[in-house]
Amino acid sequence: MEAVAPTTHIEHGPSLRQRLAARGFDAVTLLVVPAAIFSLLLFVYPFAFGFILSFEPKNGGWLANYQRFFSDSYLYDTIGNTLLLSIPVTLLNLLLAVPISFRVRLMRHQRLLTTILVLPITLGTVLVAEGLLNYLGPQGWFNRTLVTLGIIDQPLRLVHNYWGVFASLVITGFPFTFLLTLSYVTGIDPALEQAAATLGASAWQRFLHIYLPLLMPGFAITFCLSFVQAFSVFPSAVLLGEPAGTTRVISIAAYQAAFEEYDYSMASAVAMIMGFVQLAIVVLVLASRGLFYRGPASGAKG
Amino acid sequence: MTIALSQFNEVRLDRVRREFGALNALRDVSLTIQRREFIALLGPSGCGKSTTLNCIAGLLPVTGGAIWLDKSRIDTMRPEERGFGMVFQNYALFPHLNVRQNIGFGLKMRGTPKAEIDRKVNEALSLVRLEGQENKLPGQLSGGQQQRVAIARAIVIEPPLVLMDEPLSNLDAKLRLEMRAEIRRIHNELGATTIYVTHDQDEALSLADRIVVLRDGVIRQVGTPKELYDAPAHLDVADFMGFRNKLKGKVVSVDNGRALLDVEGARISGVARESLSVGSTAYAAIRPDDLVLGEPGENALKVKVDTIEYRGREFVGTAHSEGGLDFVFRSHQPVELGSVVYLQADNQRVLVFAEPIKGRQ
Amino acid sequence: MIRDTTIGAKLWAVAVWSVVGFFIINLLAMIATVVTSSFATRWLGTWLPVGWTTRWYSSAWNEFQLWDILIVTFQVVGVVVLISGLLGVTAAYALARRDFPGKRILVLLFLLPLLIPPITFGIPLATVLYRTGLAGTFWGVVVANLVPTVPFVILVMIPFIEQIDPKIEAAARVFGANTFKLFIHVLLPLLLPGILAALLLVLVRTIAMFELTFLVAGPTSQTLVVALYYAVFAAGVRAVQSIDAMAVVYMATTLVWLVIALRFVNPTQIVTRAKQQPAH
Repeated sequence: MEAVAPTTHIEHGPSLRQRLAARGFDAVTLLVVPAAIFSLLLFVYPFAFGFILSFEPKNGGWLANYQRFFSDSYLYDTIGNTLLLSIPVTLLNLLLAVPISFRVRLMRHQRLLTTILVLPITLGTVLVAEGLLNYLGPQGWFNRTLVTLGIIDQPLRLVHNYWGVFASLVITGFPFTFLLTLSYVTGIDPALEQAAATLGASAWQRFLHIYLPLLMPGFAITFCLSFVQAFSVFPSAVLLGEPAGTTRVISIAAYQAAFEEYDYSMASAVAMIMGFVQLAIVVLVLASRGLFYRGPASGAKG
Repeated sequence: MTIALSQFNEVRLDRVRREFGALNALRDVSLTIQRREFIALLGPSGCGKSTTLNCIAGLLPVTGGAIWLDKSRIDTMRPEERGFGMVFQNYALFPHLNVRQNIGFGLKMRGTPKAEIDRKVNEALSLVRLEGQENKLPGQLSGGQQQRVAIARAIVIEPPLVLMDEPLSNLDAKLRLEMRAEIRRIHNELGATTIYVTHDQDEALSLADRIVVLRDGVIRQVGTPKELYDAPAHLDVADFMGFRNKLKGKVVSVDNGRALLDVEGARISGVARESLSVGSTAYAAIRPDDLVLGEPGENALKVKVDTIEYRGREFVGTAHSEGGLDFVFRSHQPVELGSVVYLQADNQRVLVFAEPIKGRQ
Repeated sequence: MIRDTTIGAKLWAVAVWSVVGFFIINLLAMIATVVTSSFATRWLGTWLPVGWTTRWYSSAWNEFQLWDILIVTFQVVGVVVLISGLLGVTAAYALARRDFPGKRILVLLFLLPLLIPPITFGIPLATVLYRTGLAGTFWGVVVANLVPTVPFVILVMIPFIEQIDPKIEAAARVFGANTFKLFIHVLLPLLLPGILAALLLVLVRTIAMFELTFLVAGPTSQTLVVALYYAVFAAGVRAVQSIDAMAVVYMATTLVWLVIALRFVNPTQIVTRAKQQPAH
């Protein structure tokens, strides 16, 4: 080994290409460009376009669409109608999903159950609405069973009203909420619960002091995703509900503005309001998450 | 044996720099590797040894300097054009290809005729003693077998240079010793030129013809295993070579290659390895093997014993002095915990180093 | 979870399983209602229909021009799967392998169409598509469906690509593979299971994607699920059994692919795509 004499030494600074590569930009990075352009063109641009369009109403000043929305009870009531449906449904789904997830976690053959539950998600809201119309109808098997069992005398009115939409949101929403919850619950190291048990915590105490704080962030996200789905309910509100009354949800208002009145400016304004309300609730829920533990949920291994 | 590695005279790294990413920077690394040499790049993690290897392989671009294979400059070539063989740390075997396909991959990429691929792969299989395993997938092999596949894959393309990146770090202790011997056997049988990255000085000492010690992207010392073991040039190299006792003191006198230190009032004399000035801070470095129980007197320090461990033939203990210096020493008989003893070192076995410069050692 | 054997714990378990059972029975009964009705001659005010027939299928087939709708559906789905595969896998590869300024924003950009429900961004999107004249056409439907599927493929593929050791690619390079050979001999075989799973999920989701297709489809570009909506919406015009027959055709189309998809993916994957990138 001899130190090489510096005579052959070629001095050259890093080229632009090397400098870019060092920051992470090279040919491989460019592969992201087509998808990014696609997303800008078909997601960001329409959103921005819709946002601006909502301030260019057919008649009136730049805020006319929003003024009209918030002064016409037929329009602003849709927010209340939608929240009245989506929040109770989401809470119910989550409240059901949590204890069930804790049970299912113990099962060895979860796959059959998860497969059955994935059915309504895959079939979609339109088919569920169509199925429930018949099944929950006055002559359907559901009412028929209740009457036969003697629980009720008269068939319950379960379609073309609030409860029809509610049922459809449970059928499609519960599996979604449950599968999300299950993935969070199974992500927690069982050793933590065993440790708590050896320290004398009862089942309820273990849930309250170990699982709940660790799962809270997951529950918050689950709530948000489930809520957002329920909030945008559309086909079942039309088919199963009372689209001119209690289940006149905000999607219907947006749809009617666009495709019945052909007022795209108004439709965009409604879509923006819809997005804003969703966002506000999501931010509220996620912000309250800050009150809880936010580190890894898997213990030392994480 | 028809696996005939391409021949060349030397690989030369000429002031290789790699500046981006503060952690793995290389600063003017110059090194010449002769044909048939086994070179070990040794150093703690983050010292730049793997970066050096990846620059030679072409997996990382250099930002300054050049790499030469005889007369041709290779640092501007893409990795697939360089034709070196490489053994990766976790082997990086193709999980979807069986042993035979993994080994033959490089030849297939070169468009070698099928019959020749088969013949060469068979030879490589017998060289690494994996006959009969050729149709298994990597996932079905043990760690040692995967290691053999990785080596066969690297040599079957008859590369001028074989690069190995901590190839033994994933094996258990027993297998590691076995594969260490295998790697040296294959290197010798093929007459290969090998650059071997490791953080384990035992591996480097037992395998390499020459060892290159790196630290913070700079070559600290290059030499044969014996040179490094007996005469480390700097304190950090000495630390790596097993001088676990580093006693901080003041230089009292320097004379004819020997230095006398004042360590907590005791006088320690040893061989000066760097230029020292009287009154400056310096370190006396002593291997635990050379620090034994003794009498008060020359090169002896009074300590209190903290722990004592039986190591089969002898005992290894730790102790501390009144001034708070920590010691690791060797003893033939058990020593009582908490007892106060004198530790003594032969002044020929003590090396004295200047205080390392902060920041850039 | 530690198994508890007290009476209270047992009652609790019974209660939980009852809820699950109640849900599943209703779900299956609802599906059975549709199937039964589609084979019924007359079914009013009784447990089971008066008689059985298959004629509703032929009448639905003709009345709703199911053949044309099915062809359009499969064309839309096929093109959507192909394009979202191409755009999604390449982008996922870049995002999994490189770190660059602005990457987090880009990931957020790809995450948003999955978090915002289709009806919210569908209205502005439809507005733009109507202005450009794409709405109502085959390509309008394809483009609208791609908005959530491209990000979906990206987010499913990123963790899949990340778990392939980059050293394997480095090894292929060192042993002489150029970019093309690397892709053909190493990346494609390793990524194939992930790509297959992602695209099957895209396929199932696109067949069932109602909102976006509904907002931009014209009479000649509607898919099966939109046609089904219109049929139910205009109930009374046609016999209920005929609509149910169409619903069964729709269910069969979806379920065939679901069964195929479930051979390659875990059912939870259909839902938990957003979990790969939890909100920060």
